[in-house]
Amino acid sequence: MASTLAEKIIGAHVGRDVKSGEIVVTPVDVAALQDGTGPLALTQLEELGLIRAHNPEKTVLFIDHAAPSPRKELSNAHMSLRKFAAGTGAVLSEIDEGVCHQRLVESFASPGDILIGADSHSCTSGALGAFATGMGSTDVGIGIATGKTWLKVPATLRVTMSGEFPPGVYAKDLMLHLIGLIGADGATYMAIEFTGPLAQAMSMPERFTLCNMAVEAGAKTGLFAADETTRKYLEQQGRGGDYRELAADEGAQYERTVEIDAQALEPTVSAPHTVDNTMTAAAAAGTKVNQVYIGTCTNGRIEDLRIAAEVLRGRRRHPDTRLIVTPASRSVYLKAAEEGLLTVFVEAGATVTGPGCGACVGVHGGILGDGEICIATQNRNFQGRMGNAEAFIWLASPATAAASALAGEIVDPREYLS
Amino acid sequence: MILKGKAWIFGDSISTDHIAPGRYFHLRTNLPELARHVLEDANPDFAAQMQPGDFVVAGRNFGLGSSREHAPRIIKLAGVNAVLAQSFARIFFRNSINVGLPVLELDTSSISQGDELEVDLEAGTVRNVTRDITVAFQPLPPVMVKILGDGGIVEHFRKYGDFNLE
Ligand code: SF4
Repeated sequence: MASTLAEKIIGAHVGRDVKSGEIVVTPVDVAALQDGTGPLALTQLEELGLIRAHNPEKTVLFIDHAAPSPRKELSNAHMSLRKFAAGTGAVLSEIDEGVCHQRLVESFASPGDILIGADSHSCTSGALGAFATGMGSTDVGIGIATGKTWLKVPATLRVTMSGEFPPGVYAKDLMLHLIGLIGADGATYMAIEFTGPLAQAMSMPERFTLCNMAVEAGAKTGLFAADETTRKYLEQQGRGGDYRELAADEGAQYERTVEIDAQALEPTVSAPHTVDNTMTAAAAAGTKVNQVYIGTCTNGRIEDLRIAAEVLRGRRRHPDTRLIVTPASRSVYLKAAEEGLLTVFVEAGATVTGPGCGACVGVHGGILGDGEICIATQNRNFQGRMGNAEAFIWLASPATAAASALAGEIVDPREYLS
Repeated sequence: MILKGKAWIFGDSISTDHIAPGRYFHLRTNLPELARHVLEDANPDFAAQMQPGDFVVAGRNFGLGSSREHAPRIIKLAGVNAVLAQSFARIFFRNSINVGLPVLELDTSSISQGDELEVDLEAGTVRNVTRDITVAFQPLPPVMVKILGDGGIVEHFRKYGDFNLE
């Protein structure tokens, strides 16, 4: 029977062929909590008398959303995660280590895995060919304690991508364009499988950016086949042994197919307050910007920082525009230091922060004022997202964000790229 | 069981940031306090003025965004009987059932602010008493009926000591 990637991975876990729509109880390979959702998961486990980790080496507790802690309530929440890790042998990812999804792809998720995380962007790991999905605290808590979860096998929306990116256009632009096309609920309850010649040609960081935002179209996960690119990435991470090839079967049934030609794309932005509210950067040009934020699990990788640095090198931010740069993880931070990118940013007038979620979720490190406008490389621009419901968030690629910091207003980045 | 209360109208795309704003991140370990801010960024008066038993009535894709289970928990904790919407985001929907908050998918376009509603969970209908209109809601998937019937996923687990869903 021909299977989609999602059906294949879930089927391999339950030991039989499965089809979309079926309910299964399945083993879980990796389970993750973060400091916003973790404490509630642990309370629920306490209530059930299940303070344990079925597979401690693959149970990871991330302190990333409020790292370092800006308030005592959060410091106390962090203590509960540290205590659980110490008591169960689960892995603790401390405040210096970075955003959960970046850490998961670097060190924990592997092709063919089922990964559940109490964070909606857990779908990021799907880029490695893992069935990776976000759930609530209680679901993940039970997954941690028992090593199992229940799932409805999703139908799959196939996105077939071809062509090459024109200069100044990136995976982020493609994803914003796709969400604009199908809508913020265009893939609700479905998996998105990224296929086609451009999918095969894409680097891992590009794949991470796409899968990271699958949930912004309502999807349960985003998936790429695991191929040579995946293998090389895992080898670079010192995890070559975690690789296995994985592809959908010829003739698998897709709910719907959407085709995208990268050649036809332009730098794209999402206007406040929904991700599907997309337009070209050129159409938004001239919108004054108070703050620019480059970072997050969507676009805080070294490749993103290199693009931003290319735009910012030897230039300075507009005097009325603040610029914050947050590397997604410790290894990204170190690499950016080695390559001299941090110097480029600081010289350009940026505030460079330690790795983590930083300003993205409105807890600390860049909360917006009333009526202020931010352009950010993150994945969502909902009202109140960056800590103030009276503020406005635009989403863009690192190039567009960096160029906008120089101009003090939204611009098409192509005029700033050599 | 018939649930009775007044309708509070919200629009499309009500996100988890509207429901449980990030600026109250530190209150996530204090749900009763967080519940005083429920849906604040969609309607600042809601939390103070709603009566226990009232309904949240919304448009498309209610609950999109983060996986924070705190969102349906504080809606329930505030005393909301059920959320009625044109459609729901996936994680919010699953979380709601897990915590025992009824989430009903139906055409909400005929309901206005303040309308008196009667929801019959067994019959699958919403009667708008103010306008004398009855609308049927989409039946919940059987797996959700089971979890909701057990009183949420924690109770389900307590009852069976394992998943009992297939
Ligand atoms: S960087 Fe932003 S979107 Fe990513 S996990 Fe952190 S808060 Fe969530």
